[in-house]
Amino acid sequence: MEIPVMVGAGLVVIGVGIGIGRIGGSAMDAIARQPEAYGKIQTAMLIAAALIEGIGFAALFAV
Amino acid sequence: MRITYFTKFLFVAILFMGGAVFAKEGERSSEEPQKDLKTEIKEYIAHHLQDSHDFSLYSYTNDAGEHKYVGAPLPVILWDNGLKVFSSSKFHHGETLAEVDGNYYALHHGKIYRTDAEGTINYDEDHHPTNVKPLDFSITKSVVMIFITGLLMFWLFSSLAKSYAKNGGVPKGAGRFFEPIVLYIRDDIARPNIGEKKYRKYMPYLLTIFFFIWFLNIFGLTPLGVNVTGNIAVTVALALLTFLLTNFTGTKDYWRHLFDPLGDTMPWFAKIPLYIILVPIELLGLIIKPFSLLIRLYANMQAGHIVLMSLIGLMFIFKSWLGSPLSFGLAFAISLIEILVALLQAYIFTMLSALYFGFASEEHDHEHGHEEEPELAHL
Repeated sequence: MEIPVMVGAGLVVIGVGIGIGRIGGSAMDAIARQPEAYGKIQTAMLIAAALIEGIGFAALFAV
Repeated sequence: MRITYFTKFLFVAILFMGGAVFAKEGERSSEEPQKDLKTEIKEYIAHHLQDSHDFSLYSYTNDAGEHKYVGAPLPVILWDNGLKVFSSSKFHHGETLAEVDGNYYALHHGKIYRTDAEGTINYDEDHHPTNVKPLDFSITKSVVMIFITGLLMFWLFSSLAKSYAKNGGVPKGAGRFFEPIVLYIRDDIARPNIGEKKYRKYMPYLLTIFFFIWFLNIFGLTPLGVNVTGNIAVTVALALLTFLLTNFTGTKDYWRHLFDPLGDTMPWFAKIPLYIILVPIELLGLIIKPFSLLIRLYANMQAGHIVLMSLIGLMFIFKSWLGSPLSFGLAFAISLIEILVALLQAYIFTMLSALYFGFASEEHDHEHGHEEEPELAHL
């Protein structure tokens, strides 16, 4: 395990964190605007978050 | 719930009890430092994440210095020029060789190798053993857990079906807990993703895979110490099922979308240069979808177990009054999150499977245009 690989994985995880944070924040906004669409927004949020999370795990396993 | 003095007392007592027990453990391991403590913890975590040939719950060293294991041996089934079946107790947890029909087998880091009578294991330059590895069909710890979960599900849901038939469709007992979950999978996962016409065909698979993954994830959090859904072979098999179902139930439109995505909108000679790029991407997407499914489940469960075990390992590293409460608190909080993750991962796997089935079973009404896009309707 070399240091550049670890730094790269760290950068990917930072990106994943920002991405999931943005999804969560936007979902919060959307729910605040339309509380009746809570279920649908949550489902879409979870799917998007899961897809991004997969990239994060791929980076961690590359280390 | 009213918080009485009794529950408060119980909570404090549990906190202290955990601290006392773990502190004692810490003393024991610090008394005999044969190995570096950190490597020992790492090895312990790695050992927990692996599948094993015996179902041992815990081990201890008694006063006479013997290493005792509490658990049960499991059958080992090998194919090595003929079927060899013996009990894993012959290995004595990897300490001795097993002799079967004149062949010697050694257990080395959870894998079985054929060796000579002295049990020598040869390594190549990358420190990989070069001994012959017989085909291993053993009933390992994970396989036992899969059997148990399968039997549990079979018993639970068939008895629920009987109880529904007897009570005229009214839920009773465990049915009151499971009915909303089954209905949620039908009404919020299958219907919007697959579409009203075809969702029934996929319901048995979706329900089975949801409860199978959920139960196994929950079993992984119990002190049984199993890590089935964190085993890549298991998730590969699950994702393979989704992949095969998607492609074998795919409609004409689905295959047409794969090999001829632009349809009649262009003359054929204009499509050729585009398709040199487009079709390989579509075909790659076919593989990437189940691949992301299997990696997500595997990595989430594996990561959860590593975090939990590392937090428990904290108290051996701190070796002070601070270690046990800190480790207990953090491990408790992460356990609660893991209970949520166990459900969430089962949900995501089912959800994405349903989404892929929706892609496969969509039928475009070309005459009426795109009235409904079932896979996008819920998004």
